[in-house]
Parts: sequence; structure tokens; C-alpha cells
Amino acid sequence: MAVNRMFRTCPSTGLLFHEPAEKLMKAHAVAAVVSLLVGGILALGVTLTRWQAVHLLSPDWFYLFLTAHGVDMLVLWIIFFEIAILYFASSTLLRCRLATPGLAWVGFWLMILGAIMNNYAIFSGTSSVMFTSYAPMGAHPAFYLGLILFAVGALIGCFVFLGTLVVAKAERTYNGSIPLVTFGAVTACIIAVFTIASGAIILIPTFLWSVGLVEHIDSLMYRTVWWGFGHSSQQINVAAHVSVWYAIAAIVFGAKPMSEKVSRGAFLLYILFLQLASAHHLLADPGLTSNWKIFNTSYAMYLAVLASMVHGLTVPGAIEVAQREKGYNRGLFEWLRKAPWGNPVFAGMFISLIGFGFLGGISGVMMGTEQLNLIIHNTIYVPGHFHATVVVGTTLAFMSLTYFLIPVLFRRKMLFPKLAQWQPYLFGLGMSAFALFMMGAGTLGVPRRHWDISFAGNAMPYEFPGAAWLMMALTALAGLAAVVGGAIYLLITVGSVFFAPRVDVPDFKHVRAAEGIAPAPAPVAAAIAAHHPNVGMAGFVAPGTLVLAMVFLISFILYYFVNWKYLSTVWPLS
Amino acid sequence: MSAILPPEDRVWWKQPLDRVEGTWVVIALIWCLIMFFMMPYWHVFGKQNLANEAYRTTPEVYMKKAQDMVDKFTVRTETDQKIPVVAPPAGSDVYLVARLWSWWPILELEAGKSYRIHLMSMDWLHGFSLQPENINIQVHPGYDHVLTVQPTRAGTYSIICNEYCGINHHTMSSKLYVK
Repeated sequence: MAVNRMFRTCPSTGLLFHEPAEKLMKAHAVAAVVSLLVGGILALGVTLTRWQAVHLLSPDWFYLFLTAHGVDMLVLWIIFFEIAILYFASSTLLRCRLATPGLAWVGFWLMILGAIMNNYAIFSGTSSVMFTSYAPMGAHPAFYLGLILFAVGALIGCFVFLGTLVVAKAERTYNGSIPLVTFGAVTACIIAVFTIASGAIILIPTFLWSVGLVEHIDSLMYRTVWWGFGHSSQQINVAAHVSVWYAIAAIVFGAKPMSEKVSRGAFLLYILFLQLASAHHLLADPGLTSNWKIFNTSYAMYLAVLASMVHGLTVPGAIEVAQREKGYNRGLFEWLRKAPWGNPVFAGMFISLIGFGFLGGISGVMMGTEQLNLIIHNTIYVPGHFHATVVVGTTLAFMSLTYFLIPVLFRRKMLFPKLAQWQPYLFGLGMSAFALFMMGAGTLGVPRRHWDISFAGNAMPYEFPGAAWLMMALTALAGLAAVVGGAIYLLITVGSVFFAPRVDVPDFKHVRAAEGIAPAPAPVAAAIAAHHPNVGMAGFVAPGTLVLAMVFLISFILYYFVNWKYLSTVWPLS
Repeated sequence: MSAILPPEDRVWWKQPLDRVEGTWVVIALIWCLIMFFMMPYWHVFGKQNLANEAYRTTPEVYMKKAQDMVDKFTVRTETDQKIPVVAPPAGSDVYLVARLWSWWPILELEAGKSYRIHLMSMDWLHGFSLQPENINIQVHPGYDHVLTVQPTRAGTYSIICNEYCGINHHTMSSKLYVK
């Protein structure tokens, strides 16, 4: 069989694209953006309904919108984009051909088929069971089958990625170890395989139950295994967006990791411990002992938290060192002041980093503490937390990467560059405020997934305090800002990819496989390392980052103990 | 562009740890250990811990126990649906039934006394959310969860459902009185 080796070199970045891989990346990115568009419209409906003054949708439509919003954003948008990242991190970064592009297309179309099937089940009105679809509440069989097909497609993508690593190694397209970003992508891929296996273990029996072949699904068993899928899938996102942070730091600043050992060690901690941490979803459940809960949320979760705290330091640290070496070496923060804040690739990435750490990270660890979970569980604090992690963190990081990919991958000029400069601020800050106000409302007890906190017409209503209503109104306003930011992103991306003038690539033409095989590109020679840059203060190469990290730690400690204080005032329970 | 290129040193794992990183790893690890110790610490010295006591049972058995309690300790009924208000003695077993879409019966407890409150669902998952205390517990079908609770302040509290349980989820709310 002829080996298809068609490569082009990007004139502005020197990146090497394998044409079949490039087509796949484009297809996945387009599918991701379409999912984001659908999910974004749904988000608008949800947020305008939870704003009690507007209360847009009827309850059946609200619960339908919320279910579809969860699936389209959390699964479709993110995983389509992640498969594109996997192909980029393997084929492009390792300068090698993609393994079995034909099989990769099978995976892609399975994902599309699954996505359509699942969305059909939801929009037919028979499957408003929320993203979590907790048994014994049942959905239409197509709901589960759609998710299963989508997962099989994604799994094929994972194995194509792993196969590409094998190809690169066998054909010696790189020297030494794989790049850190690819290492991060391997982490994401390994977690994805674990995640999809957990998903299969729970969704296949649930599908059989929905068609009547299995008699009973235990609710606690469902939640325990489902979260092995539901939470781990978020860890794919963490590993993927941390890789994107490193990639953007390298692309924008030429930053190199402070030390490969620490960054890779932190990724390794993700692989070893993140998945087990999904037990923190079950802290308020009966039938599981405190020992089990503490064991799974402590050693497992905290070692993963440690890894995130390490990445949170090493990414800005690497940027700081790179900036200082360029001459921005004065004071603690000259490197940060002189950073390209008008470049959406950088601005988005940095807001993603700060938002993920300060809002998503701190709130997540607090909720994941066995006792503190009692005052948080299933309140709107929870979506507040995960909009900070998965939207400010993952989605914004992916958006930033898109601004880099439009000229490089899609070979189009970016339309509306002025608007693009503002987009990360509007979306990132809007979404951060949205998350923060939701957490505020959650602290006051406002439930998540709830159509009407006024309990209108109810014989025994609960009157939430005025502050909770205010928080929900502010949540909606911030949500609208974020939706506008998301719409601008879609306008720029779709406009640029389909309507903008092409960027010419010299010496590039499409070659069919039958016309012959180009030789594999030569590997890049490794440069000589200079490890002890003469920069920094007081013996520290990145003192500004260390100060920022300390600010983070102090906020973390204060917030953590404030919540213990709050817990100590509620009714004694044992 | 090193993070997207292979490491410059082939033997990158021998590169010495940077001081900034080393300091931070140690501090972060200590903080993670403190967070770990807070959980067992609270089990010993704190007063708010979720019970480990739970039993597998069936809706019929659970409902019968709840009905017996209601027959014995009902003090009055409330609303058009004549929902019983139950005032069980301190220290006794108190059964709260969660079902689509109501909590049953209404409980009347005394401040400063402790009660063994049982929570179970008759059908789907529900969420016990006591407001404005903001105590939130998952309620499963088939698992009788026993909490020892000691109300501290007199007043009228609300129990709302905070686990999505279908189209009328938002109508599932009840009262809890503390005298």
C-alpha cells in the first residue's frame, strides 16, 4: 500500500502539516464550532430563564434546553476540538504522517452520527434527563446510543493519535523525547481512554435497560460509575488545555518549560490520580463510607491538585523567563506589563490560566472536601465552579488557539482583528463574573437545574433572600456578556474560515497519493541548551510568578477556612 | 519554541530543579497535606459530618415505617392536601419520604434535641436541601440514609429538591418546623 506523505510547511511558523491530518483537523474544528454555536443558543435560553425577571422558557423547554446545552458544550464542542488537538500534537508537532487517516474519518463520522442521534433524542422531547441522565430516570434509547457511538468515534481518534506516535518513533521524525505539548496530549489521550471505558461500562447497560433488556439499574451504582466517565472527561479537558497553555507560551513567547522534569511529572500525576478523584461527586450520597470518600478525594484529588498548582506556576514562569531574556527584566512585573495584551492568542490564554486557577481551582477543591460538600452539593455553586474550569479554562484556551490556527491551519486572513482583540476580555471576564455570581447564589442555597426559585403557585414555597435574586440577575447579565463574546468568536471564526482571503503558501500544491510519495521530512536538529539564564531577582529566575503564586495560595487558604467557619455554624450532623 | 519541540537536552530528567519551582512544589505539597488532614480532623473534632449509616431497603418497607410514625405522632394537617405535620419525640427515628414531586410528611422538631432522620426516595433521585441552613444531601431510591441531626435555632425552615427529578422538579418543596 502506498504511504501517503503530503506535507506543507507553514511559512510564518515553520510548522509542518501532513495534508490528510490537516483535513481531519479542519473537519473536527468545524464540527466543534458548529456544536459551540448550537450550545451557545441553548445557553442564551437557559440563562434568560434563570433570570426570574425574564423567565423566558416554559419548564419543559427549559429542561430540554439545559440537557442539550450540557451535551453540546461539554461533550461535542470540547471533544471534537480535542481530537483536532490530538492530531495537531502528534502529526504536526512530530512532523510525521498521521496513522490511518481512513480510520480517522470513520471515527469522525461515527462522532457526527452519535452527536446527531443524541441531539435528535433530546429535541424530540423524550430525553430531558440532563447531561448526567441519572437512572432510574430514563431517556429515549437513542440518547444513550448516540453517546455510545460518539464515544466509539472518539476512541478511534485516540488510537489514531497513539498510532501516529508509533509512526513518528519508527520513522524517526524527531530526536530524543516527544515535545512537552505532545506529552500533555498523551496524558489527555490516556485519560480519554479510561473515561470512554467508564462511559461504556455504564452507558451500555443503561441503553440495554432503556430498551428493556436489563431489568434494573441501581441509582448509586449508576452515579459511581457514571462519574468515572463524567468527571474524568473533565480531566481530559484539563490535560488538553494545560497543553494548549504551554503551546501558546511557546508560540507567542518562544517560552521553554522551566524544567521538563517538573512539567512532565505534573502531567504524570494527572494520569495516576485524576480519574479516581471523581469520587468527590458522591460526597453527599448514602451507602459509601467516609473512609472511602476521604481516601478517594484526598490522596487522589490532592495529588492532582498539586499537579495543577505546578502547571499554574510553570506556565507563567516559563513566560516570565522568556520575557526577561528578551530584556523585560526590571522589577517584579515588567515582563507581564509588557506582554502582548492586544494579541488575542496571549490575552485569552492568560485569562484562561488566571480564571481556571483562582475561580475554578479554589472552588473545586473546596467543594471536593467531604464535609464542606454538605453546604454546596447540587446548589448553583456547582455550575458556577465548572463554568470557571471548563468555560473560562478550557473553552477560552481553545478559542485563543483558534486565533493562531486561522492563518496557520486554515490559511485564511483573520477577519475583524480589532474585534478579536476584545473578544477574550469580553468572553473571559463575562464568564468569570457569571461563574462568580453563580457561586454567590449557591452559597445562599439556590439550587441548580431549577426552573423557578420563586415557587410560584406552590402551597409551601421557600422565599430566597433578596441577595440570592440579585445574584441570579447579575449571573444572567454576566451570562449575556459572555454569550455576546461567544457570538463574536463564532463570527470571527466562521467568517474567516469561509469568507476571508486566502493566505498564500509558497511551493504548496495538492498531490494525490497516486502521483508519488514525497520523502519524510528531515528531523529538526536539537539546539544546544542554555539553562541558567542570567535573569531574575534574588536568585529566582521568575520572582514575579512566585509572587503571583503566593497571592493565589493566600486566597486559597483564606477561602478554604472561611468555608469551614461557615460549616461550623450549621446544624450538627453525624 | 521548546514546549512544542523535543527537549533540547536529550537527558532532560537530569536537569536540576529550578529554585522557583522547587519552592513552590514544596509549599503546594504542604498545603495539600493540610487539606487532607482537615477531613479526618473534622470527623474527630467537628460537629458536621455526614452519617455513614445507610440500609438497603424497598419503598414498601420504608413507606410502612413512615406511615406508622405518621399514625402515632401527627399533631395537625396543613394545606389543601391535608399533609400531616408530625412531631416525633426527641431521639426517635423520623422518616422523611421523597417522591415525585413532594416531601412527606411535614416534620416538627425541637431545638437542641437530636433526631435520627431517615431519608429515602420512592422513585428517582432527589436532593434534600434544607434552607436557609443550606444542608444538602443526595436522596437515593432503595437506600435508607440515617442522619443524626440536632436543630439549633427555632424557626420555619424549607426543604426543597435540588436534584433534577423531572418536569415538576421545581414544585417539590416542603416545610420543617423547629420549636
